[in-house]
Amino acid sequence: MTGNQLAFLVLAAIGCLSALGVVVFGQNAVRSALFLVLNFFVLGFVYFALGAQLLGITQIMVYAGAIMVLFLFVIMMLQLRQDSSAKEPTDFKRPFAWLFGAALALSVMNYVVMPLSMTAESPVGDEFGRPQAIGNVLFSLYSWPFEVTSVLLLIGIVGSILLAKRRI
Amino acid sequence: MANDVPLSWFLIMSLVMFTVGGVGVVIRRNPVVVFMCIELMLNSVNLTFLAFARYGITPGQTIEQANASAMGGQIAVIFVMAVAAAEVAVGLGIIMAIFRLKNRADVDDMSALRG
Repeated sequence: MTGNQLAFLVLAAIGCLSALGVVVFGQNAVRSALFLVLNFFVLGFVYFALGAQLLGITQIMVYAGAIMVLFLFVIMMLQLRQDSSAKEPTDFKRPFAWLFGAALALSVMNYVVMPLSMTAESPVGDEFGRPQAIGNVLFSLYSWPFEVTSVLLLIGIVGSILLAKRRI
Repeated sequence: MANDVPLSWFLIMSLVMFTVGGVGVVIRRNPVVVFMCIELMLNSVNLTFLAFARYGITPGQTIEQANASAMGGQIAVIFVMAVAAAEVAVGLGIIMAIFRLKNRADVDDMSALRG
C-alpha cells in the first residue's frame, strides 16, 4: 500500500459516505445539499489524482460553486415545511429500491469491473489534462459540438426564464 | 505511470456513487433531492469517463490512439457538465412552477399527466 493508494482510499471513503449522506442521512434538503457539496469537492480532488487538472478545477467551480448555489437558492425560495416533505414516510418502495441497487451494483461489479486487469499502468502521459491540450482539441476537432452546446445553453436560459415568469 | 492506483478502484467508487444516486431517485420524495441524486449519477459517469480516459483498456493500441481517446473522454466530461448545468436550470424552474401551482413539493403529488 503506497501513499497514493492510501490518499485515494481516504478520498473515496469520504466521497462514498457523502453520497450516501445525500440519500440516507439528509432528511432535510439543506443537509442533502451540503453533503452533495462535500461529494463534489472530493470528486474534484479525485480528478486531480487522475491527472485531469483542468477538469478538477472546473468541477469545483461549476458544480461545487455554481450549481449548488442554484440548488440552495431554490431550497430557500421553496420554504419547505418540516412536516410535509422533509419527513419522508417509509413505504414499500424503499426495500425494493435498495434491492434493485444492490443487484445493479453486483452485476456491474461482476461483469464489468472484475474482468478488467488490476493494472495501474497508464498509456498517456501526465500532460493529457493540461488546459492547453484540451483547448487544442476542443476548438479544432470538437468545435461543432462546442457550438451546439452554446445553442443548448441559450435554449436553457430562455426556457428557465419562461418557466419562472408569472405571466409573459 | 503517474500514480499506482488501479483502474478498478476508480470504477468501484463510481459504481457506488451511481447506485446510491439511483436508489435515491426512487426513495426520496422531495423533487429537489431527486435532482441532487441525478447530479450524483451524472458525476459518477464523469468519473468513469475520466478513469477510462486515463488508463485506456483497448489492448494493442498505439500511443497516438491512446492520446486521442484520452482527449475524447475529457471532452465528453466537459459536454456532460454543460448539459447538466442547462438541465438543472430548466428542472429547478419546473419545480418552482409546480410549487407555485400546488403550494407543496412532493413527487407523489405530480400526477396531473396520469392517463
